[in-house]
Amino acid sequence: MIIEVDRVTKSFGSNLAVNNVSFSVSEASIFGLLGPNGAGKTTLINILTTLLKPDSGRVTVDGLDVVRDAAELRSRIGLAGQYAAVDENLTGFENLEMVGRLYHLPAKLARIRADELLSQFSLAYAGRKQARTYSGGMRRRLDLAAALVSSPRVLFLDEPTAGLDPRSRNDLWDVLEQLVANGATILLTTQYLEEADRLAEHIAVIDVGKVIAMGTPSDLKAQVGSSILEVVLGKDSNVETAKQALSPLAVTGTRIDFHSERLRVIVPERPGLVVDAIRLLDQHQIEVEEIGVTKPSLDDAFLALTGHGVGGLEDE
Amino acid sequence: MSDSETHDSAAVLFRDTIKGSNIKLPRHSQFHNGVSDALTLAKRNLIRYIRLPGLLVFSTIQPIIFLVLFTFVFGGAIRGIHTKYIDFLIPGILIQTVAFGSTQTGVGLADDLQKGLIQRFRALPMARSAVLAGRTLADTVRNLIVVLLMVAVGYILGFRFQNGLLPALSAIALAVLFGFALSWISAFTGLSAKDAETAGVASFVWIFPITFASAAFVPVSTMAGWLQAFAKANPITNAVDTLRALTLGGPVERHFLYTLMWIVGIVGVFAPMAVTKYKAKS
Repeated sequence: MIIEVDRVTKSFGSNLAVNNVSFSVSEASIFGLLGPNGAGKTTLINILTTLLKPDSGRVTVDGLDVVRDAAELRSRIGLAGQYAAVDENLTGFENLEMVGRLYHLPAKLARIRADELLSQFSLAYAGRKQARTYSGGMRRRLDLAAALVSSPRVLFLDEPTAGLDPRSRNDLWDVLEQLVANGATILLTTQYLEEADRLAEHIAVIDVGKVIAMGTPSDLKAQVGSSILEVVLGKDSNVETAKQALSPLAVTGTRIDFHSERLRVIVPERPGLVVDAIRLLDQHQIEVEEIGVTKPSLDDAFLALTGHGVGGLEDE
Repeated sequence: MSDSETHDSAAVLFRDTIKGSNIKLPRHSQFHNGVSDALTLAKRNLIRYIRLPGLLVFSTIQPIIFLVLFTFVFGGAIRGIHTKYIDFLIPGILIQTVAFGSTQTGVGLADDLQKGLIQRFRALPMARSAVLAGRTLADTVRNLIVVLLMVAVGYILGFRFQNGLLPALSAIALAVLFGFALSWISAFTGLSAKDAETAGVASFVWIFPITFASAAFVPVSTMAGWLQAFAKANPITNAVDTLRALTLGGPVERHFLYTLMWIVGIVGVFAPMAVTKYKAKS
């Protein structure tokens, strides 16, 4: 295991940001920390990258202790934080050259490396332009390139695709998969379930500082242990009445969700469910346009695990 | 290769993922790396002055405007000075220039904090002190360039060093050193501010009063009594008096000593405070 996190706790004043968190990450894989804003993801990343000391617990990365061996560890890891931390006044090339020099690469090697990374991230054409002229996607790529200057074995990415358009996001995902294919280990945080589902081999779902579920994306889906009943109502149907009508079918403690004109009910997997649903809705004289059972998405899993949706805490 | 081997070996291995080969890098001393880090960041900070036209104007054109304005606006009104006003003014303008310029140290640091660059630097295997050292070093180089420019413009307007080469060079060096000391106050306030704009405003709150309530532009004897007391105790007055003695002649030792004490005192107090503040940021 290239990353081992053992019972780590960190609080700021009375706020317990990370609460007894343990997990481990195997080499050459992507591990996803999934959770809403304020869940403690960034605090964890900061602890794993030596920026913060844990109050208790132990973390080793590539065999080095994040507290005791912090200085040595910094030369072996790469970090791309939540904001694309590039110097706008420098060109893309100068940004990478500077980071190379700060990793103590000889001047010539730092320049060669900068050019290599610019081509690897399809930025060569803009390498001599100031980063202030870059689009959001280009900045992200430059930021990621900066995290890779020292060819780190372990890469930490804090919400790497936040604020990117779908195309740039897909491009970045391809780059990350390529890195892992070449032997790198990536720990990333995300609020996007789709991202964790697509990239990560293992996921830890965290909420208010605690790991509330852990496993492969399919494990997590299985852990919810149910299916999703999706109902598209007729035009004039009352959503609240429909929710009430379907509530006897829902898994205890879960909420019935309504968005994009669709009711989503977390239901146990059993035969005859759709028939029951139609009967219940019919009893309440609710018109149904479309009905079906699907496998839960990670979004549904999160809803089932935390009792609130991923978007639920965004305003905090 | 075990971890401990890498740790103890004299060379660092750089794994070139593109070529798939390892490159051996020499392992330098901590001091060597620290100096190299500070120079790398100083270079980066100086590029900022070239690339941001607003900053360059602020650093060069603005002090020139002050110099020209003061020469022609105040020049006729100030009586009771034995010398030409321009000769009286240049030492004051030089100190004002470095004082105003020092505010950029804090603005730059606040900007780096805001944009997440400091976080990136903190995760790199670089010397912790390099961010602050690189910033104050760059601002000192910029101060030196601007001071030389002001002297040149002063010469065009009729200013002359009247006390020989060595005192002239000492005056320039002292002005720059004084700016370096003020940079550390600015570094501290900048790291305490929530963004670059606040840092800029916060600096001027103290820079403006201490610059104008001093001997920089008018003789202290022309001020109200209560203000005279403040102006006489003001380190700006001390620095300006020292520069006047060095450029125009006159007894210099006491002023020089006081100014040096101020410089040492300011750096001695504010550098550790700024470093502590920087370490607390994450």
